[in-house]
Amino acid sequence: MSDMIAPETATPVAKVETPFRRFASEFFESRIATVALCLLGLIILLAVLAPWITPQNPYDLAQVDVLDGRLPPGSEAFAGYTMWLGSDGSGRDLYSAILYGLRISLSVGVASGIIALAIGMAIGLLAAYAGGRTENIIMRVVDLQLSFPAALVALMLVAILGKGIDKIILALVVAQWAYYARTVRGTALVERNKEYVEAAQCLGLSRLRVVFRHILPNCLAPLIVVGTVQTAHAISLEATLSFLGVGLPQTEPSLGVLIANGFEYMLSGRYWISVFPGLALLFTVVSINLVGDQLRDVLNPRLKK
Amino acid sequence: MSDVLQVSALRTHFFTHAGVVKAVDGIDFTVRKGEVMGLVGESGSGKSITGFSILGLIDPPGRIVEGSIRFNGAEIANAPEPELQKLRGNRIAMIFQDPMMTLNPVLRIDTQMIEAILAHEDIPRQTAWERSRDALGLVGIPSPEERLRAYPHQLSGGMRQRVAIATAFLNRPDLIIADEPTTALDVTIQAQIIHEAQKLTRQTGTAMIWITHDLAVVAGLADHISVMYAGRIVEQGATDDVIDRPLHPYTVGLLGSVPSANKRGQRLYQIEGMTPNMLAMPTGCAFAPRCRAATPACDTAPPITDIDGRQLRCHHPQIAGVAS
Amino acid sequence: MTVFIIRRLMQALLVVFLMSVIVFFGVNVIGDPVHMLVSPDADQADIEATIRRLGLDRPIWEQYLLFVSGAAQGNLGNSFIFGEPALKLILHHMPATLELAFSALFLAVAVGVPLGLYAGLYPDSPLSKGIMAGSILGFSLPTFWVGLMLIMLFAVELGWLPSTGRGDTGHILGIETSLATRDGLSHVLLPAMNLALLKISLAIRLTRAGVREAMGQDYVKYARAKGLSTRRIVFVHVLKNIMIPVVTVMGLEFGSLIGFSVVTESIFAWPGMGKLLIDAILQLDRPVVVAYLMIIVLFFVLINLIVDILYSILDPRVRLRDQGA
Repeated sequence: MSDMIAPETATPVAKVETPFRRFASEFFESRIATVALCLLGLIILLAVLAPWITPQNPYDLAQVDVLDGRLPPGSEAFAGYTMWLGSDGSGRDLYSAILYGLRISLSVGVASGIIALAIGMAIGLLAAYAGGRTENIIMRVVDLQLSFPAALVALMLVAILGKGIDKIILALVVAQWAYYARTVRGTALVERNKEYVEAAQCLGLSRLRVVFRHILPNCLAPLIVVGTVQTAHAISLEATLSFLGVGLPQTEPSLGVLIANGFEYMLSGRYWISVFPGLALLFTVVSINLVGDQLRDVLNPRLKK
Repeated sequence: MSDVLQVSALRTHFFTHAGVVKAVDGIDFTVRKGEVMGLVGESGSGKSITGFSILGLIDPPGRIVEGSIRFNGAEIANAPEPELQKLRGNRIAMIFQDPMMTLNPVLRIDTQMIEAILAHEDIPRQTAWERSRDALGLVGIPSPEERLRAYPHQLSGGMRQRVAIATAFLNRPDLIIADEPTTALDVTIQAQIIHEAQKLTRQTGTAMIWITHDLAVVAGLADHISVMYAGRIVEQGATDDVIDRPLHPYTVGLLGSVPSANKRGQRLYQIEGMTPNMLAMPTGCAFAPRCRAATPACDTAPPITDIDGRQLRCHHPQIAGVAS
Repeated sequence: MTVFIIRRLMQALLVVFLMSVIVFFGVNVIGDPVHMLVSPDADQADIEATIRRLGLDRPIWEQYLLFVSGAAQGNLGNSFIFGEPALKLILHHMPATLELAFSALFLAVAVGVPLGLYAGLYPDSPLSKGIMAGSILGFSLPTFWVGLMLIMLFAVELGWLPSTGRGDTGHILGIETSLATRDGLSHVLLPAMNLALLKISLAIRLTRAGVREAMGQDYVKYARAKGLSTRRIVFVHVLKNIMIPVVTVMGLEFGSLIGFSVVTESIFAWPGMGKLLIDAILQLDRPVVVAYLMIIVLFFVLINLIVDILYSILDPRVRLRDQGA
């Protein structure tokens, strides 16, 4: 096989193939990823449209009637609509609660992800730009933090800071930024060693320019991949923290909080109160992961045939 | 002298997404006991694939589609794997190009040599160890006991290749295929390795196929030479004949492009053009696009002609000699 | 080799020191230091007495030194809830957590590596595709949800295994562990599986990637050219090469097992350190929280150190390079 020569472009290409189009066609090669992407789109859509497509706002106490509580899926609520997924202990329609919960889970996960990305990228670029000892110190800190599992870091922060949605987001951000910083730095290392950077530096281009024109564009692809997977982690992590009772408070009921609320009913057979929010969480996280996986395969130059 | 290896009409093709690559497309040669054959060609000519085909080490998407490989009279092309395993490392051994990549970095030298013996013979480990030690001594490695206990990265490139050669000779094979064994080494070490290999083959009567892109290497070593281009053998004959009176324009070009004392001050001859795209081979002679002597006749693939004991695939043999 | 160990030890000590600074300052500067160390329902007089007693009116550097000297003697404060030294409390609960973590690690390697090996050697078989799909699921499913499902399936529906608590303990090699009794094993199975799921997926993907990369290497081709059996090539040549990254990662993941055990222990009411931590956070038992954090840090540093040493034993290139250094 070592004797094979790569085909030279002798045959003309019929239509203009932009990088994006090629990327898109490669991405959709995987049926699983395509399905996952559609599912994810659907989930996001449902979450965004929640106030308009749910029969009940589960957090408007006027609409909730405790007499509706603990009804199995398919039962009819006092107000006359069907509770397709049943109701929880306080009488909230689970379908509505899940959709509203999705909003919170998604926004917390995505918000913390974006902030962590911004911070991580900034620090990573700073390290790449500064070089030398500064870079070493920054990277040691990054490595140190990465040697602890994100869940533990988040727990530590929650223990110190206390409860509240802003504190949770902060904890999630601190737990995640290091992954982004490391990704950026990895790209910086690779790019710095490439000859064109040396050439650019020889031409007297400022370091700042090198960082922004060369390193930044090249780290976007791996950042996207890391970002997708990390967002899934963040959502999962928030759910875990909320489930344990140290995450979001009851006033901001994400999916994790819903699952926690339903835990006590598990053993008595009223599974739907925990299971359905759990499934919603599951579908969200799995589809993000599948999309992220395919993104990684498509964007990773080393895996290309 | 009996034929150790007889290859006829061998075709090894690779069926890739982009198309079929005919890496080896119909070659014939014979190697006799104690002979050294030089297989010369540029990268992409199919010479390494030839070596792997003989040992049955062609992995999908490639396979031997046609042809016969007779080893000591028995047909081994596409033979079942257990049969091939018995031959490999035992009756036919291979030396690879870069010993750093081919020796497993996390295993000791003695482990890797002893296993080559124990895979084919049921003898005590100690005996195998002694044989390995003796083999290392034979290729000129000082203090072989120490080297045996070492790991590959602790040895120099030349020494690693000597280990590879010693390993190849461990089971006294009838044929050794050496795939560019000196390409990754310094020129001075190259000469030493070639010398060791030559000495051993003379001593043991082992046949050898020496694969290289460098004609100079096989000029002093091989008994006869086969020149490969784009999957076919274009010229074949006794070494002295081929070197002194090359007939194929490609061979002429190869020799002409070797710098030497006689040509000092003269411009080096360059073969124009580039190696062909294996996925889009021209019909007819594969070398025609780059050949100075090409004519419309070359649009048909030249058959093998026999000229004075030399096999040639060319419509226009260069009887005049080295090109100016 | 000893130089190597000493160097790593120094690095480890540095990290512990750093973390103690972070934890201490985090608790005392960010949080309200007094409320951190005083019971929530103390009155003003109590608070002032505590401030003086604990030296909180002294400069922060002095406080830190006090903290460190206390810590060196094993005194990390007393739990509000139990009244006992926090350190003692944690150490009391540690064996249960370790038991769980080791069981999970064992499961992860024993199940994950063979599956990954198979998936790497025969990537196109339907079983392999199933294994990889399963690994993605195992990777994505939140641990606590899996725990819920496990309980629902095995304990509630099928009734095969108990859903909560730790079983009876016996002795293996002088250590008291619940793995020694049948009852203990039945109790540990579900939580260990729950904890291990993530790591099994990781082990599968690691092993498979390692195998696929190794099989393409020249040394495998060379081994085949020597006529070695496939069995020997896979189990000696390939395995030794991929065990290095696998061991490293799995070893480092052991630490995260300890961390994740928090979730599993809460669901299965397993009496380990993790459950202690969660209860402490919810009940504002801060000395226990601080003590737990310090212990965990120590643990991590130790694990990193051990893995580093193990790595150097397995990869001769690292060991010999360090010896020369």
